[in-house]
Amino acid sequence: MADNTNIITAEHLVKRFDEVVAVDDVSFSVKAGEIFAFLGPNGAGKSTTIKMLTTLLRPTSGEIRINGFDPVSQQHQARHSFGIVFQDPSLDDELTAWENLEFHGVLYGVEKSLRRTRITELLQFVELTDRKDSLVKTFSGGMKRRLEIARGLIHHPTILFLDEPTIGLDPQTRNHIWQYLLELNRDEKMTIFFSTHYMEEADRSAQRIAVIDQGKIVASGTPQSLKDETKTATLEDAFLSLTGKEIREEAAAAGGHMRAWHTSARR
Amino acid sequence: MNAIYILWLRQIKRYLRARSRIVGSIGQPLLFLVALGFGLGPVYAAAGGGNYMDFLAPGIIAMGVLFTAVFSGIQIIWDRQFGFLKETLVAPVSRLEIMFGQTAGGASVALLQGIIVFCLTLIVGFRPDNWFMVPLALCFAALIALLFTALGLAIASMLDDMQGFQLIMNFIVMPLFFLSGSLFPAKNLPTALSVVVRLDPLTYGVDGLRGALTGVSQFGLGTDTLVLGIMVVILVAIGSWLFSRVQI
Repeated sequence: MADNTNIITAEHLVKRFDEVVAVDDVSFSVKAGEIFAFLGPNGAGKSTTIKMLTTLLRPTSGEIRINGFDPVSQQHQARHSFGIVFQDPSLDDELTAWENLEFHGVLYGVEKSLRRTRITELLQFVELTDRKDSLVKTFSGGMKRRLEIARGLIHHPTILFLDEPTIGLDPQTRNHIWQYLLELNRDEKMTIFFSTHYMEEADRSAQRIAVIDQGKIVASGTPQSLKDETKTATLEDAFLSLTGKEIREEAAAAGGHMRAWHTSARR
Repeated sequence: MNAIYILWLRQIKRYLRARSRIVGSIGQPLLFLVALGFGLGPVYAAAGGGNYMDFLAPGIIAMGVLFTAVFSGIQIIWDRQFGFLKETLVAPVSRLEIMFGQTAGGASVALLQGIIVFCLTLIVGFRPDNWFMVPLALCFAALIALLFTALGLAIASMLDDMQGFQLIMNFIVMPLFFLSGSLFPAKNLPTALSVVVRLDPLTYGVDGLRGALTGVSQFGLGTDTLVLGIMVVILVAIGSWLFSRVQI
């Protein structure tokens, strides 16, 4: 029952880091209640775009609306509208699993009894109940990832951003998590915006897809329309046909917080 | 309010879990107390200054608070490197609340450290002039803690990684400490030094602590409180502004 209002819009979005143009005149929109996949090779500008949508980076130019709010001038209202699961680790290793979740719930103003119920349920859901009082630094990579996803689901936001959420997870866990996300989307009309390198994940779950490469949107549409457009049988082939087979390098700047594609490298 | 509390609680938990940090941070003040207190004591007494340990102890308590406070503030650089800062930054919480929570947490940790150093001074023979004034000394320690945690946060908001850490220690924290009148009386100094000492906000913190603990204050406790209070407000404001501009 997704109505036709756009809950996320980006118009002529540009992000430049010194001589590097990470996002180059990108425009797209996501409808309320939609599951939207943002695909692209490494360094295409996915994470940079997500950071701009989620108030972590200021765009060089262009317009963004998140639930009607501008993430540059109305940061606070925009932040009230979304939740995010980051691509990079963002847990406090010196706190326990429970404390990390509790911290998040309190910051997002989830009322105490609801918070406790959800945390208990989510720990069970990601199968970390028996480790809830262990410090996160003792967790494996997969356990940390599961905990981060659980954390992103404590408050039920209007829009949920997931930046390569299932990276490093086995198919069972991926499947399990997607089922939960689809339920949230169906029952709470939560808009889901995700990036991934698993094409079958996008094919199965996304209603619409945008493909970004070298900072530009190269195609968008339903999974089927992308396959039709490129005359390919699978989304993976469609993706390769759209973005080429060349392997991409990511340029990481000092501090590792900027991942971008050097313009000079592609000339 | 809840956001401030949970940010504060996080710092306290991290501090209490880092036993090695607590033990490690006792070493330096103890060394200063023993080496300077007992080493320079006879010279100081011979020069007619009185009991050097009584003079030094409040200065070393201020040092303990200063170092821990700046360090706690700077911890957000680690948060940034390990990714946790993102989690705080995207939360629908005003930047002022985040700044308050972080400052309160770091300052509480620094205050605990100050209390530990105070206990050390008792072990090496220091005695407060009047035990009823100890709560007032705690208030001064708290002001020092707030001031320099906010300073640490403000500085850390401008840095991307730990590369700048040594720079901060050598060009900000050490001068703040050595030029604060912690180790020597801020009287009869060469004019240039005297001006610098009076510009160092820690000078007023040390003076306040010394006034509360030994009954001898140079500027008066009212002036000390006023200067520290104003500086806390200014630095929290600057820190919040810088913090609101942080990008990941």
